[in-house]
Amino acid sequence: MTTLTPSLTSSMIAILPELVILVTACTVLIADLYTRDDQKQSNHNLTIIGLVLALMAVGVVGGSVPTEAFSQSFIRDPMSDLLKGAILVVSLLTFIYAKDYMRDREMWVGEYHVLLLFAVLGMLIMVSANGFLTLYLGLELLSLCLYALVAFDRDSKQGAEAAMKYFVLGALGSGMLLYGISMLYGASGGFAFADVAAAVANDGVNDKILVFGLVFALIGIAFKFGAVPFHMWLPDVYQGAPTPIVLFLSSAPKIAAFAMAARILIEALGGLQSDWGDILVILSVLSLALGNVVAIAQTNIKRMLAYSTISHVGFIFLGLLAGSEQGYASAMFYSVVYALMSAGAFGVLLMISSKGQDVQELDDLKGLSDRAPWLAAMMALMMFSMAGVPPMVGFVAKLLVLEAIIAQGMVWLAIVAVAFSIIGAFYYLRVVKLIYFDKPTNEVPVTTNASARVAITVNGAAILLLGMYPATLFTLCQQAFPS
Amino acid sequence: MLLEFPWLSLVIWLPIVGGIVAIASGEQNVELTKRIGLVYAVLTFVVSLVLWFGFDATTAEMQFVERSAWLPALGVEYHLGIDGISMPLILLTTFIGIFVIIAGWDVITHRPSHYMAAFLIMEGIMVGVFSALDAILFYFFWEAMLIPMFIIIGVWGGPNRVYATIKFFLYTFFGSVFMLVALIYLYFQTGSFDILGFHAAPLGLTAQILIFIAFLLAFAVKVPMFPVHTWLPDAHVEAPTGGSVILAAIMLKIGGYGFLRFSLPITPDASATLDWLIIAMSLIAVIYIGLVALVQQDMKKLIAYSSIAHMGFVTLGFFIIFAIFQRAETAGAVMGIEGGMVQMISHGFISGALFLCVGVLYDRMHTREISAYGGVINRMPWFGAFVVFFAMANAGLPGTSGFVGELMVILAAFQADFWFAFLAATTLVLAAAFTLWLVKRVIFGEVGNEQVAKLEDLNRRETLNLGVLAAATLAIGLWPKPLIQVMEPTIVHLVQQVQVSKLPTVDAVDTVPVAGLQP
Repeated sequence: MTTLTPSLTSSMIAILPELVILVTACTVLIADLYTRDDQKQSNHNLTIIGLVLALMAVGVVGGSVPTEAFSQSFIRDPMSDLLKGAILVVSLLTFIYAKDYMRDREMWVGEYHVLLLFAVLGMLIMVSANGFLTLYLGLELLSLCLYALVAFDRDSKQGAEAAMKYFVLGALGSGMLLYGISMLYGASGGFAFADVAAAVANDGVNDKILVFGLVFALIGIAFKFGAVPFHMWLPDVYQGAPTPIVLFLSSAPKIAAFAMAARILIEALGGLQSDWGDILVILSVLSLALGNVVAIAQTNIKRMLAYSTISHVGFIFLGLLAGSEQGYASAMFYSVVYALMSAGAFGVLLMISSKGQDVQELDDLKGLSDRAPWLAAMMALMMFSMAGVPPMVGFVAKLLVLEAIIAQGMVWLAIVAVAFSIIGAFYYLRVVKLIYFDKPTNEVPVTTNASARVAITVNGAAILLLGMYPATLFTLCQQAFPS
Repeated sequence: MLLEFPWLSLVIWLPIVGGIVAIASGEQNVELTKRIGLVYAVLTFVVSLVLWFGFDATTAEMQFVERSAWLPALGVEYHLGIDGISMPLILLTTFIGIFVIIAGWDVITHRPSHYMAAFLIMEGIMVGVFSALDAILFYFFWEAMLIPMFIIIGVWGGPNRVYATIKFFLYTFFGSVFMLVALIYLYFQTGSFDILGFHAAPLGLTAQILIFIAFLLAFAVKVPMFPVHTWLPDAHVEAPTGGSVILAAIMLKIGGYGFLRFSLPITPDASATLDWLIIAMSLIAVIYIGLVALVQQDMKKLIAYSSIAHMGFVTLGFFIIFAIFQRAETAGAVMGIEGGMVQMISHGFISGALFLCVGVLYDRMHTREISAYGGVINRMPWFGAFVVFFAMANAGLPGTSGFVGELMVILAAFQADFWFAFLAATTLVLAAAFTLWLVKRVIFGEVGNEQVAKLEDLNRRETLNLGVLAAATLAIGLWPKPLIQVMEPTIVHLVQQVQVSKLPTVDAVDTVPVAGLQP
């Protein structure tokens, strides 16, 4: 594979999407000072324009030949192109879904847009990191914005508690990661993923230190994903944070976390696959088991979806641990698809939350099909997709992962995974049951704005159409991991 | 020209498009919605007739084949095709599809557009199951079927519908996910998801047995076989009439079809090794479930148990072939499978009709308790005649389609083992007992109570429904030859396929069990 080593100009071109987001964030920050409180629509418009421009920039600078920039600390390759595209699309959906909710609660202020945009910037940097330093910078940019966003509703005690938990545990996770990175640096003498990969390949380097570093780095990754047993923060944060923030938190950062895992585990430590593969087996089986079983006991829908996230993380790890190009591609496909499903599910929750009342409990969904038939259908679509029922794309994602692990001869792991999927099917079905078979307890009509309705329709159509024609997206995922 | 047109795709997608049109038509104009549903159902049936008339009944080859790439990275294709096993079942599906639409005509007042849509989409998906030749495509349709059925039972069902529908969904989901693992495993043995490729793949005995068990979980739940049958009575009782008809007439057949398309040809040696298990499960279904049916208080439950007993007959017919092989009687084996197939088609008509009959009573009296009726024939002579006819057919009266299949299976069972035949034949007694006793208590006798006294006889719509089904039952009972002719080459081919061991030659010498091995 040929790599271009560019000048400053071409470096700047390579980071065009990041630049667009950065400029947008700064513009919103300044523009916010000069707009009256009743003109905040302009922030929203600017943000949307910025995200769309960034999306176009990804398309413009994208290509199959990887480009490195800034002394090899940054890389733009097919994987980063696709993941950035997915992150930007999901973030766009977030902004559109969240608009009414945030405005009704007087949280639709400039800072919200700026923080979210910086979080997006952090994710883009993570996705394109070519070394541990860049990766860590991106990760912290993302995490700091998220801590603030979780506490965004200043009057909410729960929100403050969630933010505190998130911050402490997130810092712990970051610390673990950093410690692992320092070990890897010590063993290899470099921050670039290529340096570490060279050290792994070199027999002269002490394997013990590398594996030691690997374990801590992996714990950091598991923290960010929320894999069992590093999942404790996830349900509390999901329950306590404002729903739009949960929507954001549960979707795009999972894609970025996948990029982090792929860069560290595959690019840097691919030579230690037999070591991290075994650890991932334990993490994924525990995540599948705990996520699916505990979700059944939840009465709060945000908490339920938190445990559902944990179980999906188990599936993403299954794809990774297969250790084959097919497996990596399937895990990538799963992450992107999961982000779309999660965005859709939380999007519906946002749209049915009325001015005074948040949708929190499962019972709030009762009889939704009578109150808002279209939103009900979309929610059912997301639930069936998460349960892995064809023709929704969730099924294809699971199929690809299962196929990858069976190809490696791990049939028993596939059986464990499908067995827990059956348990998982129950609580997704329960949501459909509440929506369709129960009588509504709340007669307040659901009002939604047109752009949110369009967005949820596009989101639902994507889930259905990707399920029927998964080939294009999967081919893109495969191109990210050339064999 | 005629054969190159994608007829199968048309039969699959036409009702699905019809379903979308029905939803789009909204709830404002109910009459229009119903008409749309009926037009699409009839149109689908008419198109599916092309499959019957264009079918070449001299070959076991797949016909009307359509093949194009779908997910090339995984070797998943959009691959359709039918043979003598799937074609009659597709016709049964499109045929019954019309009656379920009519069955909901006046009764369904809650969201009729969604009702029509659910049934039409369901119909298309079921045709897809029967015609898919790619394992993932098959699984795609197989699982997708759950969603409309889940909604049909849950939205338009009886008082305990939520319990029943979730039980139904989880049972079937449980059965099928293990099949998915088996299918993916087979993919790595053959390099594609082509079902016909699976048929040719050599497999060791351990692998075969595990795959066989995975398939058994999926198909036994669908059939349903004892002891995983318990979802069926609940689902039937709670489902609306149309849902019960679809369940009994077609969905159960999908399990039987799975045995013929997957279990027998892909894992013949495992089937030979474990045939005793299936035969035991089938005989238990025939006898024990027959006895259970006898004591039911609810008409729908009684017919549901009767369905399980009859489907036990089907699986018995499929799996006694290995015992017949041991006596070197290939012709008997062909008859066993054919008998099972005829029984499936005939049961589709008869059980569908019986559920429609219960629906007729339920629409008038809103109860399915047997004790709430009595002497119905005094008020509803036409209806009484139909019920008696279908009850006789259910009990296997000669001249009706119920007799043909049972006779063939029993004759085949005689060639396998006298005791199989003896036990299987008890169904003639048991089925007669529970259906005729049902007829006696509901139809005959003095008028039971005031409500019965107010009953009105069949309207034109109901007469048409039951009349056509009665004609079909009689037609197959009196002249089953065309049906059997269509199936014959495929089933002969299947029997030949099953007789060839798929074990790798090395361990074929020492590990192979006695049964099922012919040169």
